[in-house]
Amino acid sequence: MTVASSSPPSRLPLSGAEAVAPMKKVKARAQGDGALAAVFIAPAMLGFLVFLLWPTLRGIWLSFTRYNLLTPAEFVGLDNYVRMVNDPIFWDSLWVTVEYVVLNIGVQTVAALAIAVLLQRLTQSSLLRGIVLTPYLMSNVVAGLVWLWMLDTQLGIGNEIISGLGADRIPFLADETWAIPTIALINVWRHVGYTALLLFAGLQAIPNDMYEAARVDGASEWRMFWRITMPLLRPVLAVVLIMTVIGSFQVFDTVAVTTAGGPANATNVLQYYIYGSAFGRFQFGYASAMSVALLVVLSAITVLQYRLTRAGQSDLG
Amino acid sequence: MRLRTLTALAGALTLSLVTGCANGDSTGASANTVTYWLWDANQLPAYQTCAKGFEKENPGLKVKITQLGWSDYWTKLTAGFIAGTQPDVFTDHIQKFGQFADLQVLEPLDDLGIKNDDYQPGLAASWIGQDGHRYGAPKDWDTVALFYNQKMAKDAGVTAEQLNDLSWNPKDGGTFEKAIAHLTVDKNGKRGDEPGFDKNNVKVYGLATQGGGMGDGQTQWSTFTGSAGWSYTEKARWGTEYQYDSKAFQSTIDWYFGLAKKGYMAPFADYNIQSNQGITQFAAGKAATVFDGAWMISTYYGTKGIDAGTALTPAGPTGKRATMMNGLADSISKASDNKEGARKWVAYLASDACQTVVGKAGVVFPATPAGTEAATAAYKKKGIDVTAFTEPVADKKNFRTFSYPITNYAADVTALMQPAMEDIYGNGKPVSSLDETNDQINLILDQ
Repeated sequence: MTVASSSPPSRLPLSGAEAVAPMKKVKARAQGDGALAAVFIAPAMLGFLVFLLWPTLRGIWLSFTRYNLLTPAEFVGLDNYVRMVNDPIFWDSLWVTVEYVVLNIGVQTVAALAIAVLLQRLTQSSLLRGIVLTPYLMSNVVAGLVWLWMLDTQLGIGNEIISGLGADRIPFLADETWAIPTIALINVWRHVGYTALLLFAGLQAIPNDMYEAARVDGASEWRMFWRITMPLLRPVLAVVLIMTVIGSFQVFDTVAVTTAGGPANATNVLQYYIYGSAFGRFQFGYASAMSVALLVVLSAITVLQYRLTRAGQSDLG
Repeated sequence: MRLRTLTALAGALTLSLVTGCANGDSTGASANTVTYWLWDANQLPAYQTCAKGFEKENPGLKVKITQLGWSDYWTKLTAGFIAGTQPDVFTDHIQKFGQFADLQVLEPLDDLGIKNDDYQPGLAASWIGQDGHRYGAPKDWDTVALFYNQKMAKDAGVTAEQLNDLSWNPKDGGTFEKAIAHLTVDKNGKRGDEPGFDKNNVKVYGLATQGGGMGDGQTQWSTFTGSAGWSYTEKARWGTEYQYDSKAFQSTIDWYFGLAKKGYMAPFADYNIQSNQGITQFAAGKAATVFDGAWMISTYYGTKGIDAGTALTPAGPTGKRATMMNGLADSISKASDNKEGARKWVAYLASDACQTVVGKAGVVFPATPAGTEAATAAYKKKGIDVTAFTEPVADKKNFRTFSYPITNYAADVTALMQPAMEDIYGNGKPVSSLDETNDQINLILDQ
């Protein structure tokens, strides 16, 4: 059957005017949508330009200057970057930050995944889902302060219990070996529920038939987790990882209230060092250079993660 | 129609945002109001009384006082300088003086007629910048002394006379080390100077920890380095060479932090600037003594369940006792909208009229001798003997008082010295590591 030339005779022949009219209509509607879209986009675009693009460009410019906020910035070329490369405290801060991110993200992702799977496979209770999210409702500063008091070497209830059990007190936040793991775990405690909920949402998108089919075939829960859950959750997991890694690199508030970068710079994470250089020492140029370095590191990690985890592709469907 | 409405809404929103930003001035500044900031909540009522006296003397002028906690204070002040929302007058600390002078945010006060002799020695001179101009009017002063738990001292058989007659040296610690060893008690009830003392399971430390002390050691080691004859820099004010590489300094630090290794002073791990400063350890009964400043007198004596006493700092190798004598001042912001009113207020704050009122509140020692006398009397009325704080100022023969280090780049010095001292105290790094830190600091000062 040939259909190419079988248009209904009633619609033929079309006059020139008739043929153009619908196109005009479409075009007019498109123009109307464009203006409306622009109005909707405008507030976000304004925010993006004022609060993101402009500060970023200005930050990059400031990284080439000596600037104390109160007197005009003075162009110094690459001086700040040369100083950064030769600054052992910068490298130490970067290393401390990486150490924190690895611990924080490693523990948090595994724990969140476990919680999400348990929530999906074992219960339908909204109450339980709500409880899991509770620590996230607390601000980072409050969480940091509460843990600081609980873990205090001399006075904290945590150490009173440890001491009561006959063990030596642990200087959780006052010893260079313990401080970073402790801060990492405080933040795991606060964020794990939220991360679990994001993963849980991803799990909800996996069709139940797959589990049923696998069960019929005699697959164990463990096997189903590795063969169904993990591969199908991968895109969501990848996005969650990218988001949490970026957030983790920006750790600041918990450090500021618990250790203030100490003891002996053991928790002097990059954001804290940048803050101290800018607002404590008024070296805004140098602080900007370090911020640019952080931006580069984060961009590289994000691209790498995106590629490695194929976050843009789904195995579903 | 819908589009027009949306556009109008978006326009209104943008406009409200812009005007909202423009109305950010929260200082309440006006031609007849002087805004004034301070950080010590204990002193607020006294300055409110002062403000009433000032307003009576200067009809038409009003003083608006804002009190902010120590750390918020400096953050807000800095932000205020940048945003133009700074107070007309603010309480200034010598630690920040160099930085503020460098940033050119302070108004010269040469025409206020501040005379050195009108105040306790050294206080007025500290607020002269490197350019020879005055930037602060003396407000109050503080020294450091040894607070002790009277019950613990009595249980140990240590008398107030003995505590006021201690001496130390970097070799064996002298009678000071003996006293704090004796005041230390382990879990089994053994004292620090008794055989079988378990230094790893201490119940009460002889001396509380106040941390590493950063670059000044005000309530940590400065009383010892001062009585060993050491000075922060090569000259009293605006020095350009720090002396943390001096052997006298390093041997003192080695001995001082060594007290923690012996179990007599709480270890660095017990200190936390947020949750566990010296006062907290003292109040919790975890330490028998603690070095602290005069600004803490009311807090120590107000601690429930603990009967506090104070003793002089111990005499050092020079034969003299020593304490830092730090003085606060009132400064005027260069960008103040009401400089004339601000000058009048600062002149009033620096006068006997106001300082006597502040003294009578018994919370701080004002800078004028009359103010100091009023404060001493007020403390006495509350049953507090403040001789340990006032005698160093009165008796120059047996005491050495020295100022907080006044140099450029104070924030950089702190940023380098804090981890360096914590490394020695907390991680056992050799004290000779300060040679390198000192070189780095002096390199910055050479800029």
